[in-house]
Amino acid sequence: MSQLDRLRGVFRASLSLPADTDVDGLHYRAIPQWDSLAHMALVAAMEDEFAIMIDTDEMIDMSSFAKAAELLEKHGADAVT
Amino acid sequence: MPTPSPDRRVALVTGSTLGIGRAVAVRLARTGHEVVVHGRDRERAAKAAAEVAAETGGHTDTVHGDVADPAAVSAMMREVHRRHGRLDALVINAGGHAASLLGMMHSDVVSRLFHVNALGATHTLQAAVKLLRRGTDPAVVLVSSVMGRKGAPGQAVYSATKAAVLGLTLAAAKELGPQGIRVNAVAPGYIQTDMLSTLDDRARAETIAATPLGRLGTAGDVAAAAAFLLSADACFITGQVIGVDGGLVL
Repeated sequence: MSQLDRLRGVFRASLSLPADTDVDGLHYRAIPQWDSLAHMALVAAMEDEFAIMIDTDEMIDMSSFAKAAELLEKHGADAVT
Repeated sequence: MPTPSPDRRVALVTGSTLGIGRAVAVRLARTGHEVVVHGRDRERAAKAAAEVAAETGGHTDTVHGDVADPAAVSAMMREVHRRHGRLDALVINAGGHAASLLGMMHSDVVSRLFHVNALGATHTLQAAVKLLRRGTDPAVVLVSSVMGRKGAPGQAVYSATKAAVLGLTLAAAKELGPQGIRVNAVAPGYIQTDMLSTLDDRARAETIAATPLGRLGTAGDVAAAAAFLLSADACFITGQVIGVDGGLVL
C-alpha cells in the first residue's frame, strides 16, 4: 500500500468515514466529522501510523488532506505517491 | 517507534538540574520512573542526569533547550517521542525568579520572567499533550508559587507569572480531563534553594516567623507533593493547587 493510501486510510478511520469516501479534496471543517477534536485525533493517528511527531503550529496549519500529505513529506515519511 | 517499557513510567521534569526540579527528578527516579532530566544547557542537563542516576540507581535521560523558545520545546518533545514514544508524567518546573519594586524592574527582566515562567509553561504543556495522550494514567504537575496565590511587595511580576501558571493548570485540567490526563499544581512557599540565597539573616528569620510550621521548606518537601500528585494515589485529583508552604498561605 502506498503512503498516500495509508494516509487516506488514516483519514477515513479517524473521521469515521465510509471506506469508499474520496478524501483527497477534503478540507478542515468542510464536513461535520472533521472538527477540532477530530483534528487532534487525526494528527495523533498520523503520528502513530507514520512514526512522526507533528508540532503544534503544523497541526494548526494542516487544513486539508493535501496539506497533510505535504506534512508527511516534510517529516521524511517515504515519498508520498 | 520505541516500545514502551511496561514497568517504568516515563517522566519529564523541566528545569531539573538544580533545586526543586532536581529533587523531583530524584524522587521520581527512586520510585521507578525513567526520568528525562531537562536543563537549558546540554552539558548541565547531562551532568545532572548522570548524578541523579548514580544517586538513585534509577534510569535517566536528558533533553535540553530554552523553554521560552517554542521551537526548542518542540525539538525537546520530538526527542522524547523518538526515544520513549510517550510521557506518563510531566513536571513543568523550569522557571526564573527576580524581585524588585514595580518601578525598579527593567522591562527586559519583566519580559524574560513572563517568557520563561508563563509562556514556557504553556509551550511545554502544549507540546507535551500528544505524548501524554499516549501515556498510561498520564498526569501533569505545574510548579507555581505561593506568590502566585498571595503576592508580596517586590514580587509583583514574579507573582503575575506564577498566577498565570495557576490559570493554565485549572483550564488544562478541565480540557484534558476527558482525555484521562490529570493536571495539578504545587505552590511552594519559601524553600531552601538558590532562589533564597539573597535573603539576609534578618529576612530569613522574619520569613520563618511568618510560617506557621516554623521553618523554611526543602526541595524534598515539594518533590513529595509532586510525586503524590503524579501517583495512582491521586487518581481522582485534578485541577487542584497544593500549597507546600508550611501554612504561609493561611
